[in-house]
Amino acid sequence: MEAKAVVHERQRKPLFGKIDIRAYTMIGALVAIWIFFGFLNDTFLSARNLSNLFTQMSVTAILAIGMVLVIVAGHIDLSVGSIVGFTGGIAAILSNWMGLPTGLVIIGTLVAGALIGMLQGWLVAYRAIPAFIVTLGGMMIFRGALMGITKSTTIPISDPNFIALGSAYFTNSFGLILAVIAIGALVVATWKKRKSRQQYGFSVAPLSLDLLKVVAISALIVLFVFTMNSYKGIPFPIIFVIALALIFTFIATKTTFGRHVYAIGGNSEAARLSGINIQRHTMMLFVFTGLLSAIAALVLTARLSSATISAGQMYELDAVAACVIGGTSLMGGSGTIVGAIIGAMVMTSLDNGMSLLGMETFWQYIVKGSILILAVWMDIASRKKQTH
Amino acid sequence: MYALEMIEITKEFPGVKALNRVSFKVKKGEIHALCGENGAGKSTLMKVLSGLYPVGTYSGEIRIDGQPMEFRNIVDAEKAGIAIIHQELALVKEMTVGENIFLGREPKKFGVIQWDELYYEAAKWLEKVGLNISPQTKIHSLGIGQQQLVEIAKALSKEAKILILDEPTAALTESEVEILMGILEQLRKQGVACIYISHKMPEVFRLADSITVLRDGKSIATLSRAETNEDQVVSLMVGRELTERYPYVKRTPQEVVLEVKNYSVWHKDKPMKVNQNIQLTVRKGEIVGIAGLMGSGRTELAMSLFGAYEGKAEGEVWIEGKQVHIRSVQDAIRAGIALVTEDRKRLGLVLGMDVKNNTTLASLAAISKWKVINQNEELKWSQKYVDELKTKTASLETPVGTLSGGNQQKVVLAKWLMAKPKILILDEPTRGIDVGAKYEIYHLMNKLAEEGVAIIMISSELPEILGMSDRIYVMREGQLVKELTHEEATQENIMMAATGGK
Repeated sequence: MEAKAVVHERQRKPLFGKIDIRAYTMIGALVAIWIFFGFLNDTFLSARNLSNLFTQMSVTAILAIGMVLVIVAGHIDLSVGSIVGFTGGIAAILSNWMGLPTGLVIIGTLVAGALIGMLQGWLVAYRAIPAFIVTLGGMMIFRGALMGITKSTTIPISDPNFIALGSAYFTNSFGLILAVIAIGALVVATWKKRKSRQQYGFSVAPLSLDLLKVVAISALIVLFVFTMNSYKGIPFPIIFVIALALIFTFIATKTTFGRHVYAIGGNSEAARLSGINIQRHTMMLFVFTGLLSAIAALVLTARLSSATISAGQMYELDAVAACVIGGTSLMGGSGTIVGAIIGAMVMTSLDNGMSLLGMETFWQYIVKGSILILAVWMDIASRKKQTH
Repeated sequence: MYALEMIEITKEFPGVKALNRVSFKVKKGEIHALCGENGAGKSTLMKVLSGLYPVGTYSGEIRIDGQPMEFRNIVDAEKAGIAIIHQELALVKEMTVGENIFLGREPKKFGVIQWDELYYEAAKWLEKVGLNISPQTKIHSLGIGQQQLVEIAKALSKEAKILILDEPTAALTESEVEILMGILEQLRKQGVACIYISHKMPEVFRLADSITVLRDGKSIATLSRAETNEDQVVSLMVGRELTERYPYVKRTPQEVVLEVKNYSVWHKDKPMKVNQNIQLTVRKGEIVGIAGLMGSGRTELAMSLFGAYEGKAEGEVWIEGKQVHIRSVQDAIRAGIALVTEDRKRLGLVLGMDVKNNTTLASLAAISKWKVINQNEELKWSQKYVDELKTKTASLETPVGTLSGGNQQKVVLAKWLMAKPKILILDEPTRGIDVGAKYEIYHLMNKLAEEGVAIIMISSELPEILGMSDRIYVMREGQLVKELTHEEATQENIMMAATGGK
């Protein structure tokens, strides 16, 4: 009986210890940036601007979701920006030149993205060409291919259904229904987790702590929905980001695939000697980034209602920066999708805020670059402190 | 007159005395063999001599030609005429032979390298070691033996008076060994003192003038070759008294689980075999020890059987009477083999992951449905192994990198126990872990054997091999050269077989 008690004591500690200081620092930094810009410019925290900000963020966030897992596995994908451009061009051609219905355009674009990812992944995983080289090559190839297939012209999108993907808003009532569903799901999930842990005889967190968590997250959801509703409603692209973030967080934390990816990034030799098929997993990761790039391309093309040859340029760097600011280690083995999304929000907030302040473009580049270096510097410094 | 005297050298590491008042004297123009088991202190002694452990980190005195010396770093030792040729060659592969010989000491005029002078000088030194190649040849196009000679030429060009060779023949073919021996004999005539570290008795007895035996950090004896023989050297090497007690249980092994026939393994990048003609059987509930010296090919055999060695394998592997073809680790796990690797930090664990994730890493499928991990099952199983193996960890969510060596090893064991193997291969299972954890692992091995697991234990520690194995194979140069029962085996007959003595 006493042994049992000790076991429980041992398991309870990490529940509190698990509160990740890093994640909270990032959220703190984000809030600080918001307050800073809100202070300097009245419109920054207006519902209209926040709605814009979330829409702007969506493309980087979608790309960062895939990038996290690639970086966790110890690789990198520099081609995502060009894949966004190229698959955006494919979408525009399918929609405008060939006049296909929206559904077929979407399927065609996604298949193209996945195939590109598979090809690059195959080269990295089965032909052992460094991902840096494969995707650097891919970055040039797909940009060139985009110019080729669009004959270097801008292709407008006229299909209103397609345009809606990037620029529509959910009606206020639908937003509220979503909020109710989300809060309901949160309550059920927390409840089920408690039940299941009790069933296995594991200790559960104090009810008050769980309740506090649920209430806090619910409050954020409600605040978000009301803010968005006070403008035009929840922007369509944000739903993509939320859905993809949920799906990929599930893949990363709850599935064998995700676990294997983290093991490969943490110690590929140990992973191999534990019977993990490194090559297949690596290829799959690039299929995912290809697929996510295609989704980002749909959102971007719809929002701009056209495909241009410069679409997606430099997006790979924004995505990598978002991951790194969000705590993904370039050494591999660690990183979270939530972190990357917060990172994407930091990057976009800087962009948006500096534009509102009327700062010149050159400053925006310098500030973003400096923030990236600063984030990694702080990370390395804090890790060093931990090991001492 | 001694070229080198090391007097009463003591070197301590936290918790261990690696060298305990070791005295070692080498005469001018003599080849002096330094013999001892793995871990006897040979490398530590040579590191003290070559300045790798600077003065002040050890106690005792070093004299060269009768003069007391203090080496603060490697450069000091080099200046005093000491050159060491490591087992792992330290040459830059993409550079030429000449560039390597003069690396860091290139003949210069106003900071500009004088290439003609460099290659002229290099050619002279190559001639001295009897290496008939152009100094402009790139290192990577040379064989290991030739590279070794380049290293020797480099050492001589620094006017080395004392040459240390650490297992120089480990990677050489027979004809290369002949050439090397010839060169060493020539150097002896020129008055160079050679310290020759080797496990191979035939070589030692062919070359050496004197032999010093180290055991457990102490110098046991210095013998003249003319007055000794292989038996005496081997028994001095292993001559410790077996005071430790091992929890050996007499078992009656049952049917054969693993049978390996005519098994050979090719080196992963060189056209040579690291294992040859292996015949091995392991029975249900039996602990089989594989003894041998470091580098004898035991780890390669284990990795190859586990489908994890890059080099190709030939021969047959039978498990429970059925022939199996293991091409990957996945195949091996499916066939019921588990391997606890020698280097747990590099090969066994994902150090940044926590205890439970490491425990389940090789058997996630068993606790998953539709590829979704049941995290409660995961907690349950990892808690079960933490309790069973008495792993000391703050929680299941503690990163394994923060655990002690013994507890890390228990996590590795837990990972493989969870995979429910029929055959468990343990490569140096108790290396670098504390005594308490060691005995827990021995008891665990007994318990697993009791439950019918067939265990292969690779170990360089003779007492452990003798104390735990039902049957012992001895490996030398990639072959199993001897098979002994628990009753037959002694430290002497194992070491004799492992070193190639008669």
